[in-house]
Amino acid sequence: MAELSKEIVIMKGIDKYYPGVQALANVDFTLNRGEVHALVGENGAGKSTLIKVLTGVDQPDAGTIMLNQQKINIRSPQHAQALGISTVYQEVNLCSNLSVAENILIGREPMKWGSIDRKAMNARAKEILQKLDVDLDVTQTLGSCSVAIQQMAAIARALEISSAKILILDEPTSSLDTHETEQLFSVIRKLKSDGVAIIFITHFLNQVYEVADRITVLRNGALVGTYETAKLSRLELIMKMIGRSLTELEDMSKLKQESSQHIKSEALLEAKGIRRANALEPLDLELHGGEVVGLAGLLGSGRTETAQLLFGIDKPDEGSIVIEGQPVNKYSPLNSIAHGVALCPEDRKDAGIVGELTVRENIILAIQASLGWFKYLTTREQYEVADKYIKLLNIVTPSPDQPVKNLSGGNQQKVILARWLATNPKLLIMDEPTRGIDVGTKAEIQKLVISLAEEGKSCLFISSELEEVLRTSHRIIVMRDRKKVAEFSGDVTENEVMHTIAGSLTETA
Amino acid sequence: MKQMSFLRRIRDSRLFWPLMAWFIILLFNAIVKPSFFKLSIMPDPVYGNHLYGNLIDIFNNGAPLILVSIGMTLVIATGGIDLSVGAVIAISAAMGTVLINPALGQKLISNEILTRNATNTPLPLIILADLAAGTLCGLWNGLLVSRARIQPMVATLILMVAGRGIAQLITGGQIMTIYYTPYFWFGNGYILGLPVSIYIVALVFILVWLLVRKTAIGLFIESVGTNARSTYYSGINEQNVTLLAYVVCGICGAIAGLIFSSYVHSADGNNNGMYYELDAILAVVMGGTLMTGGRFSIFASIIGAVVIWTFTVTVYSLGVPANALLAAKAVLVLVVILLYSDFARRLRYQLFERRGSHHGTAN
Repeated sequence: MAELSKEIVIMKGIDKYYPGVQALANVDFTLNRGEVHALVGENGAGKSTLIKVLTGVDQPDAGTIMLNQQKINIRSPQHAQALGISTVYQEVNLCSNLSVAENILIGREPMKWGSIDRKAMNARAKEILQKLDVDLDVTQTLGSCSVAIQQMAAIARALEISSAKILILDEPTSSLDTHETEQLFSVIRKLKSDGVAIIFITHFLNQVYEVADRITVLRNGALVGTYETAKLSRLELIMKMIGRSLTELEDMSKLKQESSQHIKSEALLEAKGIRRANALEPLDLELHGGEVVGLAGLLGSGRTETAQLLFGIDKPDEGSIVIEGQPVNKYSPLNSIAHGVALCPEDRKDAGIVGELTVRENIILAIQASLGWFKYLTTREQYEVADKYIKLLNIVTPSPDQPVKNLSGGNQQKVILARWLATNPKLLIMDEPTRGIDVGTKAEIQKLVISLAEEGKSCLFISSELEEVLRTSHRIIVMRDRKKVAEFSGDVTENEVMHTIAGSLTETA
Repeated sequence: MKQMSFLRRIRDSRLFWPLMAWFIILLFNAIVKPSFFKLSIMPDPVYGNHLYGNLIDIFNNGAPLILVSIGMTLVIATGGIDLSVGAVIAISAAMGTVLINPALGQKLISNEILTRNATNTPLPLIILADLAAGTLCGLWNGLLVSRARIQPMVATLILMVAGRGIAQLITGGQIMTIYYTPYFWFGNGYILGLPVSIYIVALVFILVWLLVRKTAIGLFIESVGTNARSTYYSGINEQNVTLLAYVVCGICGAIAGLIFSSYVHSADGNNNGMYYELDAILAVVMGGTLMTGGRFSIFASIIGAVVIWTFTVTVYSLGVPANALLAAKAVLVLVVILLYSDFARRLRYQLFERRGSHHGTAN
């Protein structure tokens, strides 16, 4: 090999068209050896498309890619891997019915006598995970692990491709808690010192500042610019990403203050001692109209389980739920809709969108469910509802007839929100509504939550991001180990909540 | 530019590939054996003058398959499969003939009684009994799949095997031949010169189409087939949606069995509707419905079934012996599977879409 240049990848003038959308327009991108390069932008800015082009999933319609100063044509993901480009995607794309070890080493299992050498495979998988400081039984099926562990396995798999010169992390931290994120960052720094070039896509700007050397900002499929992290202030970065200032965010706390006067005194929903084995310890909960209640806690603390019990996905073993004086005696989503309860589920891809169906059909799904089989909304009514919410929530789609799977993550989330808003619920439960969503949309959703409360609706807001829970909630409930451990009023400090959340961690340490 | 997008719309339509396949087979006939298309008017002492020819045969003989394909479309759209339709055809055929059997309940059975042009049960009751039997079969399959959560292939396999036994139990293990002429009308009669079975198919198609497209049921079926969990989270009772699809499929099978037994004047529990489930699945796949479920088009499946029967009649008209038909069909299956594979899709994409998208970006 001759001398190595500083740049390992140079992409020039990349264009990419999808039916009805120009996803990338004349985008340039360079990646240096041994740097962590953050790729940021709003939803639909073209980050994922750029990665797809670089990893051979999609072919660019114009432009050139140079790898090690040689012009190349990346034909397929396999080809990209062979070239040393490996990727961890935003949503975990592994086989949940295979073991952790099988997932990490799939396609490159150690062989013996013409069949898989399981012993060697498990040992190898364990070794790779230990490099990530993760210690677990690699023979258990991946599906039985938490999302965080699944994500770690995905990263381990990408790292396992030992020749990886370029590692792409697409939203790797969106389902990790603080501790796991730290683990990941230490791995990133180690890989960086080994000379691996890392592209890091995230919506968490503080993480960008923590690990990235340079930042490339995309907006609406076009390049805004590439900057040294040290020379770009956070506010400047946000302004570049969304193309406008963020006074809105500052307005929000004022809005929240004002809206708190509208909280109704009588309870809309009252849960008494609801309990479900292996999911939730007995919990008392009272939600009021006009109020935003934040549910904070780590992954597995019982937040999602609470949401599922309240919406009737699961039935409590004990305890009762009373909505507007009416006791709930049948637990099913349909019954909850009749009671005016709605749930935006945590797992957008699996429990939220119906990918093949159009945006319009996805939006009307819940109303139609409550109308039943035979009172079918006419096409005109469907378009009216869809158009109304596409406008109201600013959903970016070429038309209401676009299959929802073609939309970006944030817009998919908005479609699910639209589905539930269309049923005009009294209580809206949102489980991680802003996960994997850009700053601009996040702010929009947070504002929407407050304005819904102002209309008299009750909102239960679940999020791993403490900052946004604090910003939006009038009342905050902290959960730990499947139990409610504390309740705060909205003006509590971040530190106080953090300590409550971490309580057991410091005790055991 | 406008013309381009028009052509593209045609190409992207679900109907494009099955229609193309049909056209190719017809074209083949036009070149190799132009007499294939010959239609003549045949005087008939019982049913009056009617059309006669290969094209009529395709629809008349293909009617049971078309009916079964309609039901199968809904089942496959929910992400399931119904392997029992052939057995349901046999059950329904057996029911119909047994209820006609003039010797039923008589102690002294003579050949004279057996071959009488009479029935033991009024015709409307026979039809109702057939439909009830189909509904029961559909309920059985649907409950196993939706409530007991058994994988559709395994669940319907039970009736696929047991159904043949049930059909033989009904007929007492014999091939039942019937002589009651009004019953023959379904499979052999004509209205305005066209076979009755065509009208039955049209009626069933319209009814099922109204059921799924003029209500929310079609949307719910597509939603369940695409993502059952999201569907459930949206408040839709996905179990009942699935159940309905199997019931409709069972009823379609029963009507097919009625036409079938009427056409051949007999019922044979062992052979009636043999391999119909496989032909129906092939028809649905040709119609562009994915085996994993989701979007479906009943009309496209019907064309798929017509393609299969046109192919069958073509092979026969070329003088290929009946026992070689299966081998010829295997070729058809192979071509269809290859055409619909990812490989062919990518090839088509490179041939058309690429050029198309460059045009599209030019303005």
